[in-house]
Amino acid sequence: MKVLVPVKRVIDYNVKVRVRPDGSGVDLANVKMSINPFDEIAVEEAVRLKEAGKAEEVIVISVGVPQAQTVLRTALALGADRAILVHAADDPHTDIEPLAVAKILKAVADEEKPTLILMGKQAIDNDLNATGQMLAALMGCAQATFASGLEVGEGSATVVREVDGGLQVVKVGLPCVVTVDLRMNEPRYPSLPNIQRAKRKPFATITPEELGVDVAPRLEILETVEPPERKAGEIVNSVDELLEKLREETEVV
Amino acid sequence: MAVLLIAEINGGELSADLTAKSLTAARQLGDVTVLCAGAACSGAANEIAAFEGVSKVLCADDPKYGNALAEPVADLIVGIACEYDHVVGPATTTAQNILPRVAALIDSMMISDISAVIDGETFERPIYAGNAVQRVRSRDKTKVITIRTAAYDATGTGNSAPVESLSAAGDPGLSEWLEDRVAENDRPELTSAKIVVSGGRGVGSIEDFSLISSLADKIGAAVGASRAAVDSGYAPNDWQVGQTGKVVAPDLYIAVGISGAIQHLAGMKDSKIIVAINKDEDAPIFQVADFGLVANLFEAVPELTDKL
Repeated sequence: MKVLVPVKRVIDYNVKVRVRPDGSGVDLANVKMSINPFDEIAVEEAVRLKEAGKAEEVIVISVGVPQAQTVLRTALALGADRAILVHAADDPHTDIEPLAVAKILKAVADEEKPTLILMGKQAIDNDLNATGQMLAALMGCAQATFASGLEVGEGSATVVREVDGGLQVVKVGLPCVVTVDLRMNEPRYPSLPNIQRAKRKPFATITPEELGVDVAPRLEILETVEPPERKAGEIVNSVDELLEKLREETEVV
Repeated sequence: MAVLLIAEINGGELSADLTAKSLTAARQLGDVTVLCAGAACSGAANEIAAFEGVSKVLCADDPKYGNALAEPVADLIVGIACEYDHVVGPATTTAQNILPRVAALIDSMMISDISAVIDGETFERPIYAGNAVQRVRSRDKTKVITIRTAAYDATGTGNSAPVESLSAAGDPGLSEWLEDRVAENDRPELTSAKIVVSGGRGVGSIEDFSLISSLADKIGAAVGASRAAVDSGYAPNDWQVGQTGKVVAPDLYIAVGISGAIQHLAGMKDSKIIVAINKDEDAPIFQVADFGLVANLFEAVPELTDKL
C-alpha cells in the first residue's frame, strides 16, 4: 500500500514566538523553521509501516512556500520515498487554510490513491486541528483523529485515539485518514548518509492551479496581538504563609 | 441569527459543565437550538432544555450516535446545518473530531477554539499555544466553530425549552467503535474542576505522585500533570494539562514541581489563582504564579496536605 503524509513547515517548537508590534502577525525574520512536530511523528509512523513490510511507498507532501522543500527533505531523510511540493504561496506569512489544503490533498489523493493518509493532528502555528478531518470529509472516507496507536490490517485499521476521558479504540475502513498525537512514537534522528541520500530522491513541484484548487483564504485575519499578561505574584516564605494567603484570596480552600 | 450548539454527550450522559459554558458563547451569537445526539440520550435532552437561553432541543436518540463517531454524527449535522448561521460546539476531542468534518462537507472554513465572540462574524482565538491571539472574520454562510470552554462561565438553569426528536441520518458505515479505556476514579473531571493540583517532572516517580493525589483528594481537586511528568510515566496521559493536553481554568491551580514550559502554561494560565511550589526559584512558573513557594516539594506538599 501507499502512504501519503502531509507535512507543514512551522516555527520551531523551541522558539518563543514574537508578535509584530503593528498587529500584522508574528515575526518570522531569522526565526528557525522546522517540520511540524506532529507531522514528524506521522512520517516516522509511515516509515515504520514500510520497514515492517506493510507499506510499499511513503509519499510526503507539503503545501505552502518554496522554502517548505526543507521540511520535505527532512521527511525524505527520515525514510520517505518521494516528495511533492505544492507551491501555493510566495510570502512566508501566508498560511494556506486547512480547507484549501484539504482540497489540494484530495486532488493529489485522487491521483495517487493512497491506502492510508497519516498526518499530524494539528499544526503548532495556527493550532486549527482541522485539516485531517476536512480531508476525510472530502474523500468520503473514515477518519481516526488524535491517534496514539495504529494497527493496519487487511481492508481496515485499528486505531487507539486519545480522547478527553482516556482512550477510545475504533476500527476504520481503508482508505482512511489518521491524525497522530504526540505519544504515537518517538521520531528517529536522520543519519548523515540518509540526509545525503534524501537529496537524490524524487521531488516534484506542482501548483494549486494545476490541481484546480482555489487557495484564496476564507478567513480574514484582522489583527494578531499579544495575549493578556498575568501580573507577577508574590513569593511566600512558608506553607503557613501560603495557607493564610489562600484563605484571604479564595473561597475554595 | 440562528445557532446550532452541539451538546457534549458521553455514553448518553450530558457533560453539563462543558455544554453550559459553550452555551454562554453560543448565546452571544443568536437564538440557540441545541442538538443532543447520542444513544439513550432523552434524559440528557431534558437536562439541556433547562438551560437558560435555549430555544429548542433537537434529540437524535439512536444507537449509532452512542460513541460519537465523527462520520455518522457529521452526516446528521450536515442534514440540518444549512438552517443555521453558526454550528458550534465545545473544543473537546469529541466536537473537534466532528465539526471540521461538518465544515468541509458544507464548504465552510473551520474556526477552532475561539476565546471571544466580537460579533456574529468576528472571533478571537489563541494561536501558537496561546502565545498570540488572532482576531479573524468569516464571511462563510454557515460558520463552524469550536469554543474554548475555559474562557466562559457556565449558563445557569431555570428554563423549559421544547424538546423535539430528530430522525437519525443514514449510517455511512465507515468506522466502528471497539472499546473505551477510561480511567475510573471519584475525582472531579479535570476540565470542570474548581481546584486542580498538578505535578511535574520534579515529583520524580510514579510512587511519589501519590503526594499530588493525596493533596488533591484532601481538597476535592482534580489531578493534573505536565507533559514532562506524563512522558516520564509518572501520570497517565489523560491527566496532561497543556497545549497538547487539556486546557483548564479552575479557581485555584496548584503547580507542584512544574518548571512552567510554554506548552504547560498554555493549558493553565487562565486559572483564577495560580500557586507554584518548586525548589528552583528561577523556574518560569513563578512568573505566572500569584503565590510562589520556593521549597522542597517532598516537605512542603505533605505539610500543606496536613494543614488544609
